[in-house]
Order: sequence, then C-alpha cells, then structure tokens
Amino acid sequence: MDLKTTYLGLKLKNPLVPSASPLSRTLDGMKRLEDAGAAAIVMYSLFEEQIEHEAAELEHYLAYGSRAHAEALDYFPRPDEYNLGPEQYVEMLQRAKGSLGIPVIGSLNGISTGGWIDYAKKLEQAGADAIELNIYYIPTDPALASQEVEERYINVLHAVKRAVRIPVAVKLSPYFSSLANVAARLDRAGANGLVLFNRFYQPDFDLDALEVTPNIVLSTSDAMCLPLRWVAILHGVVKTSLAGTGGIHTAEDVIKMVMAGADVAMMCSALLKHGPKHITTVLADLNKWMVEHEYLSIEQMKGSMSQASVADPAAFERANYMKALNRYK
Amino acid sequence: MSAQGVNTTIKRTMVTIDGNEAAAYSAHKCSEVIAIYPITPSSTMGEWADEWSAQGKKNIWGTVPLVVEMQSEGGAAGAVHGALQTGALSTTFTASQGLLLMIPNMFKIAGELTSTVFHVSARTVATHALSIFGDHGDVMAVRSTGWGMLASNSVQEIHDFALIAQAASLEARVPFVHFFDGFRSSAEVMKMEQLADEDIRQMIDDELVFNHRERALNPEKPVLRGTAQNPDVFFQAREACNPYYLACPDIVQKAMDKFAKIVGRQYKLYQYYGAPDADRVIVMMGSGAETAHETVDYLMNRGEKVGLLKVHLFRPFAIEHFVNALPATVKHITVLDRTKEPGAPGEPLYMDVITALSEALSEGKAPFKSFPKVTGGRFGLSSKEFTPTMVMTVYNEMKKERPKNHFTIGINDDVTMTSLAYDPTLGIEPDDVVRALFFGLGADGTVGANKNSIKIIGEDTENYAQGYFVYDSKKSGSTTISHLRFGPRPIHSCYLITQANFVACHQWFFLEKFDVLQNAEKGGTFLLNSIYGQNEVWDKLPRHIQEGIIKKQLKFYVIDGYKVAGQTGMGGRVNTIMQTCFFAISGVLPKEQAIAAIKNSIKKTYGRKGDAVVQKNFAAVDATLANLFQVTIPEKATSTLEMPPVVSTAAPDFVKSVTAMIIAGKGDELSVGQMPHDGTFPVGTAQWEKRNIAMEIPVWESEICIQCNKCVLVCPHATIRVKVYDPADLKNAPPTFKSMEYKGTEYKGMKYSLQVGPEDCTGCSLCVEVCPAKSKSQVKVKAINMKPQPPIREEERSNYEFFLGLPEIDRRTVKTDTVKGSQLLQPLFEYSGACSGCGETPYVKLVSQLFGDRTVIANATGCSSIYGGNLPTTPWATNRDGRGPAWSNSLFEDNAEFGLGMRLTIDKLTEMAWELVAKLASEIGTDLASALLSANQSDEAGIYEQRERVNILKQKLQSSKTPEAKNLLHIADNLVKRSVWIMGGDGWAYDIGYGGLDHVLASGRNVNILVLDTEVYSNTGGQMSKATFRSAIAKFAAAGKPTQKKDLALMALTYGNVYVAKIAMGANDAQTVRAILEAEAYDGPSIIIAYSHCIAHGIDMAKGMTNQKLAVETGYFPLFRYNPMWAKEGKNPMKLDSKAPKLPLTDFTSLETRFNMLEKIYPERARELMVLAAEDIKSRWAMYEQLAGGDGEKAKQEGLPKP
Repeated sequence: MDLKTTYLGLKLKNPLVPSASPLSRTLDGMKRLEDAGAAAIVMYSLFEEQIEHEAAELEHYLAYGSRAHAEALDYFPRPDEYNLGPEQYVEMLQRAKGSLGIPVIGSLNGISTGGWIDYAKKLEQAGADAIELNIYYIPTDPALASQEVEERYINVLHAVKRAVRIPVAVKLSPYFSSLANVAARLDRAGANGLVLFNRFYQPDFDLDALEVTPNIVLSTSDAMCLPLRWVAILHGVVKTSLAGTGGIHTAEDVIKMVMAGADVAMMCSALLKHGPKHITTVLADLNKWMVEHEYLSIEQMKGSMSQASVADPAAFERANYMKALNRYK
Repeated sequence: MSAQGVNTTIKRTMVTIDGNEAAAYSAHKCSEVIAIYPITPSSTMGEWADEWSAQGKKNIWGTVPLVVEMQSEGGAAGAVHGALQTGALSTTFTASQGLLLMIPNMFKIAGELTSTVFHVSARTVATHALSIFGDHGDVMAVRSTGWGMLASNSVQEIHDFALIAQAASLEARVPFVHFFDGFRSSAEVMKMEQLADEDIRQMIDDELVFNHRERALNPEKPVLRGTAQNPDVFFQAREACNPYYLACPDIVQKAMDKFAKIVGRQYKLYQYYGAPDADRVIVMMGSGAETAHETVDYLMNRGEKVGLLKVHLFRPFAIEHFVNALPATVKHITVLDRTKEPGAPGEPLYMDVITALSEALSEGKAPFKSFPKVTGGRFGLSSKEFTPTMVMTVYNEMKKERPKNHFTIGINDDVTMTSLAYDPTLGIEPDDVVRALFFGLGADGTVGANKNSIKIIGEDTENYAQGYFVYDSKKSGSTTISHLRFGPRPIHSCYLITQANFVACHQWFFLEKFDVLQNAEKGGTFLLNSIYGQNEVWDKLPRHIQEGIIKKQLKFYVIDGYKVAGQTGMGGRVNTIMQTCFFAISGVLPKEQAIAAIKNSIKKTYGRKGDAVVQKNFAAVDATLANLFQVTIPEKATSTLEMPPVVSTAAPDFVKSVTAMIIAGKGDELSVGQMPHDGTFPVGTAQWEKRNIAMEIPVWESEICIQCNKCVLVCPHATIRVKVYDPADLKNAPPTFKSMEYKGTEYKGMKYSLQVGPEDCTGCSLCVEVCPAKSKSQVKVKAINMKPQPPIREEERSNYEFFLGLPEIDRRTVKTDTVKGSQLLQPLFEYSGACSGCGETPYVKLVSQLFGDRTVIANATGCSSIYGGNLPTTPWATNRDGRGPAWSNSLFEDNAEFGLGMRLTIDKLTEMAWELVAKLASEIGTDLASALLSANQSDEAGIYEQRERVNILKQKLQSSKTPEAKNLLHIADNLVKRSVWIMGGDGWAYDIGYGGLDHVLASGRNVNILVLDTEVYSNTGGQMSKATFRSAIAKFAAAGKPTQKKDLALMALTYGNVYVAKIAMGANDAQTVRAILEAEAYDGPSIIIAYSHCIAHGIDMAKGMTNQKLAVETGYFPLFRYNPMWAKEGKNPMKLDSKAPKLPLTDFTSLETRFNMLEKIYPERARELMVLAAEDIKSRWAMYEQLAGGDGEKAKQEGLPKP
C-alpha cells in the first residue's frame, strides 16, 4: 500500500504527523513517536511570551529582597550563564535531527515581530525541516478591527518568510469572518502550508473557589468536523499544503481528512490519551481499510471528497438545520 | 605602592570587587579541598568558592577545587584538618563565633605544623549582644593557638596577602589566619589589580607542596600522628616546634619580597609610613590603618612629625623587625586595638608592643635608647566609625604632658571617662575626590546600581573607585545608604562620607524620616526622586530640606523616577534611572560616554537573564534625561512641614531617649551612660516605631466577612487583629471605626471588629490571599482588600488606637483549639522587622498568643533572633498585666541546650517552691497550700486560678521574715505553669545545633522545640542546609542539592516519647493550631517542624500560603502528628494530617525560583535531580503511611504523580 504523501514539500512515508504537544518535549518522546510510525514530528511550541516572561520573572525573583540587609545581600548563587532564551529548544531540535530519520518541524509561538524572526532563524540553523507558525491571538480590544487582526497574521508570515529558506506553515484559528479570504492571502504571502485548526483552551469556572480555571480537555472525533469542512473547502482553492488537526483519533478520521484534501492528518489528543503506540494501530487500521476498500494510495484518495470533488458542493456551505429540513421534504 | 607590576610580561586586570571576593579568588586558586560554613560577614567567600567550582573554574594546578559545606565551623575545621593530614591544600573562611568554634582544631593543626591559611573577615564576638560587624575580638581570641596571623588593611592587600600567607605557610609550616576587617574591608568594593595565574604560580613553590604531600597520612608508609602524651615528654615535645616559629617572620618577609619582585607591590611585616623623624607614632592593624595613613599625609603636609606603623604580622610577633621599623626619633607611641579585653592590663597589641619595646631595649636591639612613652586605646568596636578627626585627636593627645592611657576614641564614655573628645565636623578629604551619598530602599535596586557605577568608573576610567554600603536592621522596607568615592589617587578613606559633594535621595518619604542633607557639602548637588516637577517640588519639601538646600547653596535636581520606571516597565526599581541621573549631573564622565558605559554595564548585568530585561533597562536610560530638571532655588525657606517626632510622646522614657535616637539613625550620639550595662533591654518597643512602609494596606469589608480569623492568623506582623467586646464599648468610637455582630453562639450579642494597624502593616497582602470570603456580586472583592495607605492613614490610625484600647478577651472563655478562637488572643509578638510576608513569624506569633504570658524562649541565632532582638526595637511584647514572653538568644549552636537549661531551672525552682509551700503550709494556710500543690493547670481557667493563688501567697509571704518565706517569695512565680519554647531555623536544628537538639529530645524534659524550616540558612542569604530539598538551588549548592532532605521529624519520632509534628499553616491551619497546643500540653519533649515559605525561595511572597498548600498537596511537605499520649490510649500515635500526594511535584516547584533556576542553568541535571526528588517523596510517603497504619506498599507500588 502506498501511504506516501507530500507536505510542505517534504516527502513523507504516510500522512500521520503528531502535532505540537508535550510528547515531543524529550528526545526519548520523539523517538517513541518515530518508532511508532510517525511520518514527521511537529515539535512542542517555543513560546516567545513564555521565554520573555520567564526571563523577567527570573530577574525579578533573583533581585527581590537583595541588597537590603547586611547579612543577606542576595539569596542565590550567581551563575555565569542562564539557559533562558530558545537555546534549550534549539538544542533539543538539534539532538532530534541528529537521531531521528523523519523530518522535524519546529513550532513557533510568538508575540512580537522581532521574536518571530529571531527564533525562526534559530530553528532553521538548528536544522528544522520546516517551521509551523502557531499564531495564537485572542483580540479582546473593541477598538481592534478584524482587518487589523488579519494584517498581523500576514505581517508575521511575511517577516518569517523573508528570514528563512525552509518551508513555513501557518496554524490558524477558525475564528475569522472570512476564513477563505485569509487563507488565500496567506497563500499569496508565501505560506507553504495551512494547519487547520488551532484549538484554544477555554476558561472554566471553579464554583467552590469562585475562580476562573483553565479547562484543558482532550479532543474527541466530534471535533474533527470543523477542520474537515474547511480542508474540503480550501483544497484546490489554495496552493499551499493542508494539514487537518483537531479530533483525529482513528484511521477513519485520517481517511476522512485525506479525502477532504489534507496532505497530512495531525494527531495530539489521541496520542496523549493512548500513547505514541496509537500511531501504529491507526496506520495498521488505515492500511487495512484501504486494502478492504481497494484504494491504491493516499494520493489517489487525497481530495476525493473535497468541495470541488463532491456531487453536492453546497453541502459544505449549508448549515446543518438546512440539511435536516431537506431530509423531511 | 605602584599598581603596576614589575613583571611586565604578566597581564593583569584592574577589577572592582570587595574584600571577600579578593580573598576567595586567591584562596580558590591555591586550594584543592575547601570546607565551608556560612557566617556573616565571611559567607560570601564560601559562596564564591562554591560557585566557581560549580562553574568548573580551576586552581593553578588545573583542577577544580572540591568545595564541601559542613554542619558548623567546628565541622569545617575538622574537615580541613583531615584534608590537610591526607595531603590536600585546604582552606576555609569564617568569622566571629565561627572562628571560635574552630579553636580546638586550630591548636591541633598548628601543633602538627601543618601548612594552611584560614581567611577571616574579622567580626565582633557576641558578649552583651551579638553584632555582625567588624572588630578584632574574634582573631584575638585565637592568638594562643599557635597560628601565624597576618592582617590586611585594604581590598588590594586582602587579595595579595591571601597569596603571601599561603606561600609563607607552605615554607614555614606554620598555619596562618589571614584576617581583615569584617564589613569595612570584606564588603568594601574597591578598584584593585587582580593577580594573574602566572603570579600565583610563581609565588607557590611546588616543591613545598610536594613536601606537604610527603608528610601526609599514607597507608603505603604509615605514621602515627595525634598521640596522647604524658608528663614525661609532652613539655619537651611542645617546645620542639620553636625553630619553626623563630624562622617564620623571615619566611613571611621573604614571601613579601618575592611578591614584590613578581607583582611590584612591596610589603613589610611592620610597615612604617610617615615622617622619618616622627616623634609620635600610632601602631595599629586593619582598615583603620588606612584612615590613619591618609591622616598622616594630611598632618605631614602641615609640618607635623607623625608616623604610623602598620602591623601586618601579628603572630609570630617579630620583636626585632617590629622595633626596627620604628623611627629612632619616636618619643610617644600610641597603640590602637580594635578589641576589648575587660580585666586585662591592656589590649593585646598594646601589651605586645610594651613587651617588644621592653625586650628590645633591654637587649640593646632598639633603634632608640630610652623607652618611649606608650599609651593604648580602643577604637572601632563593631565597625564603629574611625575617621581622620579621630586619628588627629589621638596624635594631639600624644602632645600632652599627661596623655590619657587606655582611652577610647569614637564614643562618648561618660561613665568611666575613657573617651577622647573629638570634633566630628572636621574632614580632610581633597576636593578632587567625588564623594557621593545615595539614600535608597533595599527594594529599589539602589545598591546594585551603585555597585555598577563603581565598576563603570573603576574599570572604564583611570579613576580609583570605592563603594561601601550601609543597611538598616530591618528585613522589610529597609533603607540603604551607599557611600561612593571616585578620585585620581588610590583611596585610603575607610570611613563613611560626611562631606558629600553629591547627595541623591531615591525615595521621597526619606525626607520626613532623615536629614538626608546633613552630610552634604556646601556647593554640592542634591538629586531627588520626586513625583512633583521642578516648578512644584519646592513647596512640597519639608522645612529642614529647604533650609539645607539654601544654607549649603546646593544645586538641586528632580526626576520623577517612578513615572519613568512605570513607563519603561521597570516597576518599582528606579535604580537604572537614578544611576543615569547621577552620571548626567555629576560629570564624573562625559555624558555620552557615561550613557554608553551604563548600557554596557546593563548588558553585562542583565544580558545573561535575557534580552527583554536589557531592553527594558535601555528604555529607562533613554527616557531619563528628558525627565531630569534643575530646580530654581528661592531665597527663603517657606515650608511649614516639620519632621514628625521619631516616637510618640506617650512612649516610655527609655524609648524616647535611647530607642528613638537609634531609630533616627543617631545611635552614634548615645553615650556609654545611656546604655544598659549588661545587655538587658525593655520589651514591647516595636510598637513605638511607626515605619509606614506599606504603599497599600488591607481594608475590612465587614458585610462580606465570615469571621474566620484566617487573616489574623497568617499576618506575619500582627497588624491585623480582631476583638470581641461589649457593644457599650463602642461609645467613643471614631466615626469610621467598623464593627459587626459576632457570628456564633459563644459571644452572642457581642460586637466583633477586625482592625489593621496602618502604620505597622508592611503591605504583604498574605491576609488577602487567605481570605475565603468573596463578594456575591463581584468575586474579586474579598472581606479584606488592599487599598492605598496614605489617604486612609490618619483615620485608620485613630481607629487602631481606639481598637487597641478596647478590652482584651477573657482568656478563660476562648476556644483556643480553633483557628478562630486562637486569634482572639492578644499577640505578644508584634510589628517585627521580618521580611514582608515572612513565613516564619505567623507561627512565632501564634505561640505568643497561646502561651506568651507564661513562656520563656530560647532563640537560636538566625532570622528569628534578628527580627526578634536586633536593635532598635523588639517585637516581643507584654499584655496589660505586664506579662509576656521572656526571650533570650545565646548562640547559634547551643540553643536546644540553652532552652533545656531554662527548663531545668524552672523544674528545680518549681520543685523548691512546692517543698517550701508544703513546709510553710501552716503559715500560709493549709487550704491555700493544698490548692497550690494540687492545681490543675491544663487550661486557661486553671492557670488563672493558680495565678490568683500565687498572688495571695505572695501577699501572705510579704510580711513574713523567715528565710523560707523570703526564699519562697522569690520563686513563687514558678508555681504557675511555665512553657519553655526553643525556637530557631533549620540551619540550627538540622545542622549546627543538631547534636544538642538530639540530646535535649533524649532528655525527656518538657520542652517545646519549634523549627522554622525555610530549608536554607535564610539569615545569612540562603545557604544550603540539610533541610534543603533535593534539586533546589541554594548558595553552597550552586548546582542544585544532590542529596535528599534530612527527615528530622522521622529521626525525632524514633525516640517514641517525643511529640513530633510537621505543620504548614498555609495548607492546614487548624492542624497547625492543634499541633502547637498538643506539643505544649505534652509533658515531655516535643518538636514541631513548621514549613516556612521564605524570601530565599525566590517566590511571590504574597502567595506564600498558596505555595505552602501546594507543598503539602504534592507530597513535598506531608503533615502529621505523632503523639506519644495516643499510644498510651492504645491508639496509633502517628496520624497523617495530609492526603496522599495528588498533584505532580512540579505544580509546587515550578512556582519557586530555587527549583526553576536549576532548569535554566543545568537542564539535564535538573531533570535527573527532579526524578530523584519525586522518588524521595514517594518513598517518604510510603513510610509515613505505614507508620500511620496504612498500606505504605500500596503507595510505593501504585506510584504517585510524576514530576
């Protein structure tokens, strides 16, 4: 069975790619993903905001209470060097490249243009096969128009594309007034791939403590419908590679995503839940399904149920209740 | 001396470092094994050694010295002794009591003629009081050990002599104490030339090192050393060392001469400076000699024939070298000793000089024929200032026909009239020296910025630079005064600046606290950080500041540093901004060059902590100059603002006349006659020191409050209090005083008030953090919320005064075994100078509430002895009956024994009182006697009744004349149950005092030991103790602690008859209260390990209680109580008070810099240690569960959350 696919110009042995998650925090973790059959790995995200926050926090606490009392002029040793910037990430990436056979995609989560460029260059130098820009932004300012928000995405991509030669994918959120338009503009701005979609952690309330708490819930297959729809719509419309992510748990989910037009299906929650070996299971199931259904290759299947390929393209444009009404006609 | 080396091929760099670093650098280069232990002011030498080794820095033989922290200085000396005996080059660093603890080993090391150097930042030895500051009391206490003693007077000399001593010791086989003045030299930052490795290589003769190794214990060719000898041979054997001591001075001089050849600086054992034909000569050691050196220059320029003999080699005292260093013309010698030996015919150096002169003259070896007049004086005890005017006074005294002998200089002795009067206004410093004073807060970064300024000027220009920093005794809101000098010549001025040509005040509120312009020189510059601009600031200034500016014709500049800091993300740290202003105004460097230098220094200081911090500081520099303005000075002072009185007029006389002076920074002006003779001070004095350091204070919302009293419990400073009282008491309440109905049945119908002391609160906000009550309509509003202090200060002051006047609760009615009940009791530990948000003091305060009126406290040296007993004031207080904790601090190492001694006295006196009551039963009445002897004092009511009985007894005894009655009268107070509390930190309990603590636990006596476990030596700056958790970074554990935390509780528990508890107030406050009550009630030894969050953890102190909670929930600090009484009841004595760890360890450790930091320095090691730390937690929990009767195996096998 030919499971090969091409994503961001990278030749992959199959369409299963673990997305950025804690599983790629250690070299051992990444090796286990490769051993299980992953075609490529998107490394855990390098958060510019976190790096800067940690540096500021370290400086604050090292200085806090110092030079205030004759007996305790400070409270910590004074090391020559701190491993504060992206060095640790870069080092991990280098080591991963040294010991893995599959492509490694660096994931970058930035807040400032300067940060995006610097870190992207460092990832390229460390040997990343590609970069995934995880543009995570919740516009809460009522004065900020949607146009400006979209411009930020485009500007970030422009800046990074100018700085590096390796392929760059953009991981998007679904919350755009005109997602197709944004996708097309990112395509024109040079994106080599679009990753659909980012899942935001949504806040929850703790009713005992009356506090807002982060609600970290793993996805289920149900979550897949949203990226499935947009992969299907964008397939053939944009020139970029497409990755579907969010809710992909089974071989059937992978098949659907490929049929919609995705070059790769990215997996996170399922791996966190079942462990890296789940990839082996899914690949076996995928193979089995394709044999049973007499498919020859992934390429053959890719986009076979995209909006352009289905008999009823409007199915992707209608809202569900319209469908329901139609059925009762 | 030339700063340029003779050997021009060796490249040396000029550095600006302090004396400790200068000593440690040379020592680390020449050592293989270094044993360390923290003690102020020497700790930083050990810290440097540990850090350098952690960073892989090598000695001159290319290997990284092994640095090991010991449990005490005694242990460090023992380890060094062992290391030396087996052939390593070994050293240690210490001071004061630490050096005293080394004495036994020092005798041995010298007796065995072993080459080594101990570096000592000489510090006062505790007598009537502890003092961390400098004098020669400690080194003089070891002068009989047989060690060589070499004194350094300046930072450069410290660096050089550390090496010279090492070289000389190797050849002479006499071990050396290399000492220098604690603080004045150890902490003074000075520009100096750093020795190159090549210098050190040339100075140390490897053949001598090989000889040292050859003498080592070696099983290949064993010898016996350390025999026991009898009267037949000991004496002779002791005399056998004489040749080494006789040869030693020449060897030291030879090393000095060799050093001069290599490096260029020529030293002498006894270095004479001054007129070759001087008639008056001062002989002295230490930093004071630098001041005398400077004064000699001044006097010689005025034609005076004066001289100074600096004693470097104090032991072996080389009589010939000494006398020959004196000018033949000398008529009068004054020997100045920086120590006091009560009862001696004179101080040590004085005595030595007399002996030396006497011997030399009698043997015809002196350069003069007749015995010069010799007088002696004491100066500089505990870093007391020693200034040129004092030196001049001493020289002037020598001119007198009958000069005073055994005088003191620098104080006013109005009791035994020893002091010489001097003119404090006289100064001799030349005009071309920039003398700058900076008043800052510990928290605003002033000292750090000034240290950078010194580096900039010292390392980027030809100028010499010196910095010295003065801190107050508080750990929260402390004031710092930086004294900086820059000039074209080497600086010998080892004293504080009293004629500043630049004064900067970095905080506005200092203006009403101190006279910041007192030491400003006429025509100087004054820089003020002010929220008021150049046009409005004048009218806001207090009158004394206006007058000072006009009278001294100062140039006056203002900057709104807070605004610039706020705009550039610097928060409250105005350091970089004020530093930029200093360079802009002072003209030390051209402006552009200065700005570039500041930015360069910012990069050096913060660069390793990330670019964001650098950029923030750059932005602050760039924004500064546009906000700096010169103020036009009006001709007349117009202000009506006067400095408020230091303490209230209601304060007791002693507080007004003595304490207030110390608070105001005028303690130097107090005379001997104003001091207690035996170190005894009144208690309850912190209440008079209104510090007003909180920007925000908590404000009570009574309608939300559920009256849980948790905020009162956690308040580290006892500034939130509650009272329950009769509604009628509200009659004269101020208009804004708040009260509400008491919720609960026990005081139904009474009123409840929660009140904050606005001027005592430090603004830590721990109270807000623990408040569980939230507004129903806006959850961010709690029952207590932080609000700006200034607008409400006045009204809350009145409210607090009224509140304090309300009656205290009748202790007999209180349910003391609940959090709520315990907090109705008056705290007898209040307003301490502990860190804002301190994790220790809530426990201490709770003990004072529960038992304070009948408690005797033995307090180990450390944070708790400093916030408990450092002048000017003490937080230990009394109730309205005048009762309260009787507190004392003996030492660091002996606290458990000290407390046991107290218990033994109480037990004995109680027994004697019982015996006398029984004996005098007929005289005092058999009913009373019987009641006294059978009293049940297990609760407050029982104690109350016994007190009543003792009062009646004392009245009856007053009129009796029998010896037994008189005796009983004096000990009758012991009939009321007394509670002995032995308190201290983990450094004491786990390390230095453990042997004693263990013995006291084994004694079976009724003592209560409270271990305030911060897991580091907090007071000395966060050094590792055996309580430090595995993987935490601490000083002396710069690469993270590799071994697990000692389980002191478990060790104590093995006795079986010891009450043991582990408590963490933030996790389980009810358990905390119960454990403390149970420990006290248990008639035997008890020990409580109280988890105390600490500023040394690098945490958000406002969230300290949350960290405690997570420490418990992650299993990092499990809670339990082990009560032997339960075993007697047939129950399991061990009760776990926390649940099995439910959260991963990282949920706790990620909140603390001490753990985070390792990840950022050595990520791999951090991960490895964290895995081991998680294992520690797992196995410890399994063991506890087993002890508590649970299935420990289950926990072991099922595992716990991963880190």
